[in-house]
Amino acid sequence: MTDYIIRNGFVYDPILGINGDIMDVAVRDGKIVDAGDVTKATEIDASGMTVMAAAVDIHAHVAGPKVNVGRNFRPEEKLFRGVAGSGVKRMEGGFSVPTTIRTGYLYARMGFGFSMEAAMPPLYARHTHEEIVDTPIIDQGALPVFGNNWFVLEYIKENEVENTAAYIAWLLAQTKGYGVKCVNPGGTESWGWGMNCETVDDVVPYFDVTPRQIVDGLISANEMLGLPHCMHVHGNSLGEPGNYGVTLDTLKIAEGHKPNNEFGRESVLHHTHLQFHCYGGESYASKSFESKSKEVMDYVNSTDNITFDLGVVTLDETTTMTADGPFEFHLSHMNSLKWANTDVELETAAGIVPFIYNPKTFIAGAQWAIGLELGLMVKDPMKAYVTTDAPNAGPLMRYPRVYKWLMSAKAREDMLNNVLKYGDSIRDRCYIGELDREISLYELAMMTRAGPARTLGLGHMFGSLKTGLEGDIAVYPYNPESDTDDPEKIEYAFGNCHTLLKGGELIIKEGEVVSNGRQKRTFWVNAKTNENPVVERDISEKFKRYYTVTQNNYTVEGHHFVPNPYVIEVDATK
Amino acid sequence: MAKITLTPTKTPTLRLEAENICPDIFAGKSNEEIANLHVFVGKEKQALGDYFDIAGESGSTAAETTIVINGDVNRVKYIGMKMSAGEVIINGDADMYVGAWMTGGKINANGSVDAFSGLGMTGGELFIKGDAGNYLGAAYRGDWRGMQGGTIRVSGNAGSDIGTFMRGGTIIIGGNVDVHVGTHMEGGTIIVKGDAKTRVGGQMVKGDIYVFGDIEVMMPGFQYRKDVDIEVDGTTGSFALYEGDVGERHGKSKGETIYGKLYMKY
Repeated sequence: MTDYIIRNGFVYDPILGINGDIMDVAVRDGKIVDAGDVTKATEIDASGMTVMAAAVDIHAHVAGPKVNVGRNFRPEEKLFRGVAGSGVKRMEGGFSVPTTIRTGYLYARMGFGFSMEAAMPPLYARHTHEEIVDTPIIDQGALPVFGNNWFVLEYIKENEVENTAAYIAWLLAQTKGYGVKCVNPGGTESWGWGMNCETVDDVVPYFDVTPRQIVDGLISANEMLGLPHCMHVHGNSLGEPGNYGVTLDTLKIAEGHKPNNEFGRESVLHHTHLQFHCYGGESYASKSFESKSKEVMDYVNSTDNITFDLGVVTLDETTTMTADGPFEFHLSHMNSLKWANTDVELETAAGIVPFIYNPKTFIAGAQWAIGLELGLMVKDPMKAYVTTDAPNAGPLMRYPRVYKWLMSAKAREDMLNNVLKYGDSIRDRCYIGELDREISLYELAMMTRAGPARTLGLGHMFGSLKTGLEGDIAVYPYNPESDTDDPEKIEYAFGNCHTLLKGGELIIKEGEVVSNGRQKRTFWVNAKTNENPVVERDISEKFKRYYTVTQNNYTVEGHHFVPNPYVIEVDATK
Repeated sequence: MAKITLTPTKTPTLRLEAENICPDIFAGKSNEEIANLHVFVGKEKQALGDYFDIAGESGSTAAETTIVINGDVNRVKYIGMKMSAGEVIINGDADMYVGAWMTGGKINANGSVDAFSGLGMTGGELFIKGDAGNYLGAAYRGDWRGMQGGTIRVSGNAGSDIGTFMRGGTIIIGGNVDVHVGTHMEGGTIIVKGDAKTRVGGQMVKGDIYVFGDIEVMMPGFQYRKDVDIEVDGTTGSFALYEGDVGERHGKSKGETIYGKLYMKY
């Protein structure tokens, strides 16, 4: 394997405390090594450019059945957007729901090395893995959804944390999943009865449990197992005006829980796309709606066991897709566009609706503001990760644009003054106008690399340039000394990296994709638990009584669906 | 106005994708440059000049350019696609997507055109002397933004699914139409001077449809309101006004619910 040495770049690595020092970074045999340890390395000149560990995405919808339904039901989005293949590059297509090939290339161009698929319906895990395998270059994992799963609801009702944990461990092994995702806890199941869980104390019909119990039970089970990632929640009442109270209630469930893991993870609860959960007021009208980002961030800043990602609205036409079935139903009635929906037996549901975040409306501008406020109000950037909940709040390719807004007050002012029609009422109803903080490159490295890697329990592999970590390095054509004059340069640079090394392999050379990656891996977590005859019996019983498939047809056979796994072993037998 | 004439010299083996036959693209180019513009035959890229003799000259802007096609181009797609100005005259039959997404200018098709003509158009005029195929002035597959402006006038008959997701503009059909007229319509006007079959205005929420002849089977979601005497495209007459599709969502204006309007001539 070729060794590389990246010379004279401005290096940013919050884990090592390197803040823009000009230095060399080296890779040997796919791992980062001390620059003095390589002798016959290929040199890459990064002078005048920014060097960081490759980025880590903690939450995006980029593989799986609902992503594919999104592709199928938006042919109009592919129109005139295809790019023919050339050289090693394969054909790309799509915008908010790109083809798997474009997804891989987009991540590569933005300098990413790892992405977590944020919601995998267990029954359709096979499909999710097939798409992951078809997505080039980046390493990926997927989080199965548990928040509306019949097993979980029944165990939690009886307060059986141990059984919940045993079931989680079983399901992760069956689906080759990475961790515990929980979408609209209880609400999606309630929707089967035409209801929803709008607060953490609404009772799920039949199962007689509340979202509060579900979140608490899943956190307990997650820590009992000692999984690398913490419980990953999309709370109740997403997108509803006045929902910030529900959000605070959800976050407070983490109080009293302590992280238990061997991966250096410090949080017990990750709240995803927090932007959608920080709304005040009673309607979407400017006289009522208001940002409650400060109220939520005051609480988050006072804790040490909660992390979140932003979910910034990028003001594009996009495709929303979530396991929050009732929310998508609601959304389809708001915009009267097409709607796809499915129920996943015993486990979850999903809905898909195209959505236009129109900068000429007050509400889209306010949503844009709230997402950024969260990133600008966080005291410790290791807790706040940049996402667009792709593609829900904005397409994946807009990450660099979000960086620009976070890093430049001038760019935000330009939006408020010139792009958003209701800039003044947005200043009035949100905090955006009062915030002059500009996220530094050092902080950005925390919010896009070091932080998400740590919270995913992957700090020992990704997110830093420490010796021994994976050889995942991105070089961006951005000079932190001379390119500060124009915020557009930030967006360009972070969307068009100059060099990407993935596992020590050269993927992007001088801005061009030169390899589709030879070693793409799927990460999953194998948690060993003590034998649990109760759970084993329940599983066999449920398959006999309810599932339309047998257990044999449910399992994701590793050799076929996950040809190149990276298994993280967890011993929870103690 | 400068005139450039294309004469077909051979029939393509597969259908030719010739979105480059457009005043916006021809404008300011020499005939040699135009001959070198690409056309797709399947996945193969070939030159426009391989299929057409090119004579005359194009203007310096689209507005000053008239393209005349002398001969049958019924295996040539996308003529006048996305054009914004100027004129295209087709003396023969054309294949699909004539004037698709056009924003301005004028297309005179003296023969017939195939499906998807005037798809998603936002402005300009598309005149068809012969017949039009299916999905005339409709939306691209999956899109909810069909024809939004401009005029389509067909002297002959039109196929099925005309004006699907139409939001504006006018479609006038001199002859008969097949099933599905103005499905999901949200604005604009469709005038059918001959007969319509079934599913006229299905899921329509706004806009006007006029049918001079018969409708074979009326949609159940339309309700008779009253008789009106009006002039429609030069014809004065008595029409029965129906409103619908009552099964759909409908907006309100000044307290009044807005429905799609379907006029049937007595």
